[in-house]
Amino acid sequence: MKVREVAEKLGLTVISGAAGLDNEINEGYSSDLLSDVMGSAGSGDIWITLQTHKNVMAIASLKDLAAVILVKGFAPDPDMAEQSDEESIPVLGTSEDTFTINGRLYNLLKQ
Amino acid sequence: MKEFSADLHIHTVLSTCGSLEMSPRNIVRKALEEKLDIIGITDHNSTRQCREVCREASKAGITVYTGVEVTTKEEVHCLAFFETFDILDAFQEYLNRYLPDIMNHPNLFGYQVVVDEEENICYEEPKLLISAISQSISQVEVAVHQMGGLFIPAHIDRQKFSLTSQLGFVPPDLNADAFELSKNTSIEDFLKKFPYLRGKTFIRNSDAHQPEVIGSIRTRLRMENTGFNEFRKALQAKEGREVVV
Repeated sequence: MKVREVAEKLGLTVISGAAGLDNEINEGYSSDLLSDVMGSAGSGDIWITLQTHKNVMAIASLKDLAAVILVKGFAPDPDMAEQSDEESIPVLGTSEDTFTINGRLYNLLKQ
Repeated sequence: MKEFSADLHIHTVLSTCGSLEMSPRNIVRKALEEKLDIIGITDHNSTRQCREVCREASKAGITVYTGVEVTTKEEVHCLAFFETFDILDAFQEYLNRYLPDIMNHPNLFGYQVVVDEEENICYEEPKLLISAISQSISQVEVAVHQMGGLFIPAHIDRQKFSLTSQLGFVPPDLNADAFELSKNTSIEDFLKKFPYLRGKTFIRNSDAHQPEVIGSIRTRLRMENTGFNEFRKALQAKEGREVVV
């Protein structure tokens, strides 16, 4: 499923990196520990986190992730949004918490 | 140039995780026993015990670098040191502004108290000091430097509350005066994993929460005297001052 489709179906806001909306999503990965994501996330994963530091995008790019979802209405730091645009890895926003968005995303990707 | 023995990361009774034996008097007594020339006082998100430790240490001829261990928004622990009490107080105001209104429960987390020279409790901090302040690591770094302080990410090799555990790696543009390593690794072993940090200044300290741990690991500083500016120069390896490893 493409990032665009997931964003539409889950009502996510496209905050930055819109050029990457056609990225294909493989799986999902939820973690706020960036070193854990670096060690465990797979290529094409969509990553759910509350971290807004620019290292988020560096790791997303390194691991070739499809997109990042920021929970609970968090906004990326300006340099994170900038890098998301540069790398064409979308940052998507939701007001929902991690548990809720994980559940909805799981149902969508596994259906 | 002389060489000074320092343990720059010591908690007092004010830190919830700090033992009640970590009174200024006990800290200084142990520092004397360990023949430390310099100690750093770095409680979690509070500078309020620094003055009393300074008073106690000056009697013993030990220099204190007054500081704090800040927990950033990303839950990265960072040491910050300031030269004067006035600046320390200004930084305390900064911490007060950004520490969330979560109250401490002493039965769950332990007591957060400031004691005087008679070891009487003269202040109890109501807010939970192990909370993260609502400022990012970059914002804290800027605030510390704007006040002329020194900014040192703490125990960056650790698997929790460290720059590498929380942020995966050290952001290349982070303006740190030095990096601290824990007792669990050596500088050489750490550099094998993070070769891009070669050439940076590293310090190693005990992160003592109990008196017996004070001085178990040291940072040796080569400088003219124990003044704050000499310390700054040692971290920057300027004018012959340096951290000896």
